[in-house]
Amino acid sequence: MTGMRRFLASGWLSAYAFVYVVFLYLPVIFLPIFSLNSAATPKFPLSGFTLKWYQDLPRTPALLDAAWNSLVVGVSVSILSTVLGILAARSITRYRYPGRRAINGLIMAPLVLPEIIVAISMLLVILQLGLSLSLLTIVLGHVLICVPYSMTVLTAGFEGFDRSLEEASADLGESALGTFRRVTLPMVAPAIVSSLLVCFTISLDEFIIAFFLTGTEATLPIYIWGQLRFASKLPGVLALGTLLLAASFLLMTIAEILRRRAARRTQNEGGLHA
Amino acid sequence: MPEQGQAESPLGAERSHQTERPHQTERPMIEIRDVTRSYGSFKALDDASLTIKEGEFFSLLGPSGCGKTTLLRMIAGFDNPTSGLISVDGQSMEGIPANRRPTNMVFQSYAIFPHLNVEQNVAYGLKRLKLERSEEKRRVEEALGQVSLTGLGKRLATELSGGQRQRVALARALVMRPKVLLLDEPLSALDKKLREQMQVELRRLQQAVGITFVLVTHDQYEALAMSDRIAVMFGGRIAQVASPKEIYQRPVNRQVADFLGGMNFVKAEIVEESGASLVVDTLGFGRVKTDRPKAFVRNGGAATLGIRPERLRVLWDNATAKFEVAGKVVERHYFGEITHLVVEIPGLEKPLSVTETNDFGADDIPVGTSIRLAYDPEALVAMAD
Repeated sequence: MTGMRRFLASGWLSAYAFVYVVFLYLPVIFLPIFSLNSAATPKFPLSGFTLKWYQDLPRTPALLDAAWNSLVVGVSVSILSTVLGILAARSITRYRYPGRRAINGLIMAPLVLPEIIVAISMLLVILQLGLSLSLLTIVLGHVLICVPYSMTVLTAGFEGFDRSLEEASADLGESALGTFRRVTLPMVAPAIVSSLLVCFTISLDEFIIAFFLTGTEATLPIYIWGQLRFASKLPGVLALGTLLLAASFLLMTIAEILRRRAARRTQNEGGLHA
Repeated sequence: MPEQGQAESPLGAERSHQTERPHQTERPMIEIRDVTRSYGSFKALDDASLTIKEGEFFSLLGPSGCGKTTLLRMIAGFDNPTSGLISVDGQSMEGIPANRRPTNMVFQSYAIFPHLNVEQNVAYGLKRLKLERSEEKRRVEEALGQVSLTGLGKRLATELSGGQRQRVALARALVMRPKVLLLDEPLSALDKKLREQMQVELRRLQQAVGITFVLVTHDQYEALAMSDRIAVMFGGRIAQVASPKEIYQRPVNRQVADFLGGMNFVKAEIVEESGASLVVDTLGFGRVKTDRPKAFVRNGGAATLGIRPERLRVLWDNATAKFEVAGKVVERHYFGEITHLVVEIPGLEKPLSVTETNDFGADDIPVGTSIRLAYDPEALVAMAD
C-alpha cells in the first residue's frame, strides 16, 4: 500500500490516468461540440453556435421511423432478454445440477464471440429457415447478445439472496405465489429494472447484427450509417449521435445505481455483524 | 475447555424456574414417532421418537450434523420425514405445508425482510389474517413490547444491530401466537455477553407467553441454562432425553458425558448388580457402591465410572473426608475464578482433572505437590461402555 501511495505521489500514475481518460473521452467531447457548430463541416475554428441541426431532426421522417423502430426493438429485446435472464440467473444461483457451469459458460459466450461472425451465422440460419428479414429478426439477434448482460446483472441481484427469507415468508403463512410477490420480487426488482435498462441501451446502440438482420426497416444506428454517405447530413448525424450518447449514458447510470442497490439489499441482511 | 468457568452452576444453585412452570402441562404438544430422514444411503435422522409437552422449553442439543436441525425443519414443514410421523397438538402434520402449520420459526440468520421496516416485518404474517387496522397495530406493538423494541418500529432492518434483528425475528414469530415456537441456533451469531443476556431473556419470555419452545443448539450451557428438558443427539440418533440436571449429572454414556463438559472416566469391574444399585471395583477409588442408572445396560463385567472435575475437592492440611483419593499435582492452569489441576493417582491410567475455586488458594498449589482429593460416591456415575 505504501509503495502504491508513493508511486501515486510521484505523479506518474496520475499523469497516466489523465492521458488515458483524455484519449478515451476526447472524441466523445467533439461530438456535442461540432453538433452545436453552425458550419456544415466539422473542423476548428468553430464558426458559431446553433441549435438548427437539432431542430432539423424531428422534421426528418426517415429518422422518426428509425427512432420508432429502435424503440420497438429495444423494448421487445429488453423484456425478452430480462425474462430469459431471470430464469437463467435463478437457476444458476439457486439450484445445483450437473452441467451448471457449462451452461453458464455457454450463455455468456456471445459476449466474446466476434459480433460480425454471430451476425453472419444468424443470417444464414434465418435464411435457411425461410424467415424473412424484419424487425423481428433483429430482436432475435439482440436477445442473443443481451441475455449474457441481463444474466450478469440479475445473478448479482439473486446471489446472496438468503433462502431463509422465502422460508420465513412461508413460515409466517404466506403461499408460494404470495411469497414471490411480497418477498422475492421486491428484493430483486432493482436488478430487474437495471437489466431492462442495460438491454435496452445495448439494443439501441447495436449496429452490426441489426445491419445484417434487418429487412427494409432501419434502426437508428443503421439510419446513421446511411446518412454518413452525404457530407451535408453530417451535422445532423452529430446531433443525433449526441442525443443517443446522452440517452445511453443516462440509462446505464440509472442501471448501475439500481444494480448496486440490489446487491447491497441482498447482501446486507443476515445479521452476522452484530 | 468447556468445563471451565461455569462448571459449578448447573449443579450448585437450584434454578428457580424449575419450580414455577405456569403453563406447562403433561399434555403432549409435539409427537415424533419413529421418524427417519434419509438422503440416499445417509440417514440424517435415524428412527427418532420424542414427545414434547405443552408449555415446555425443550432443547435439541448435539454437535453439527447430529440431525437436530433436520428434525426442527421437519417440525416446521421445510422438510419431510422419509418415514415416521410428526404431529403437533394432536394433529398429524403429514402433507401439511409450512404455511399452514401452527408453528413459527426464528431462523439462524434471522431472515429479516430487508426491504421492510421493523413494524412491517412483524406485521408480515398478520396481513394474511385480514385483521382490523387497530387490532393489527395493537398486536404488533404488543409483540415489540415483549422483546423490548418499543419505539423502533420505523427503523429499517439494515439499521439494526445483530441483537435487535434477533428480537425482530422473535417478535415476528410471536405475533402469530403459534402453538410452538421453533428456534434454530438463535444466539449463535451474538457475542458472548449478549448471548448470555439473551438466554435469560428468552427463558423469561417463554415463561411469560407460555408457548412451547423448541430450541436447536450446539452450546451445552445454552441448553442447560434455558431448558426444561433436553434431547442430546449424535449421528442422527437421540442418545438421551432428560432434565438439564439429569443430563449433566447422569449421562447415559461417555459421548453424552463428554459433550456436556469435562468428565473423568475410570474403568470399573462390576462386583454386584441389583435393581437400584451397583457395586464396582476400581483401581483409584477402590470398591464403590453407586446408583444403577435406569438406562444402564450391562456389557460383560466391565463398566465406566465418571466424575465431573468440580465434584473432586482438594483436602487442605489435616482435613479428612470419608471418601478420598491421594495423588500428585502434575499440571496447574489458572482461569481467574477457578484453577484447573491435573492430578496423577497411582493405579489410574489417566490423571484426574480437578476444578477448584480459588477462594482457598488452589491457584498457589505448586506442581509436584502431593494432595488428597475428597469426593462423594453419589457423584460417581456408572455408564455403559
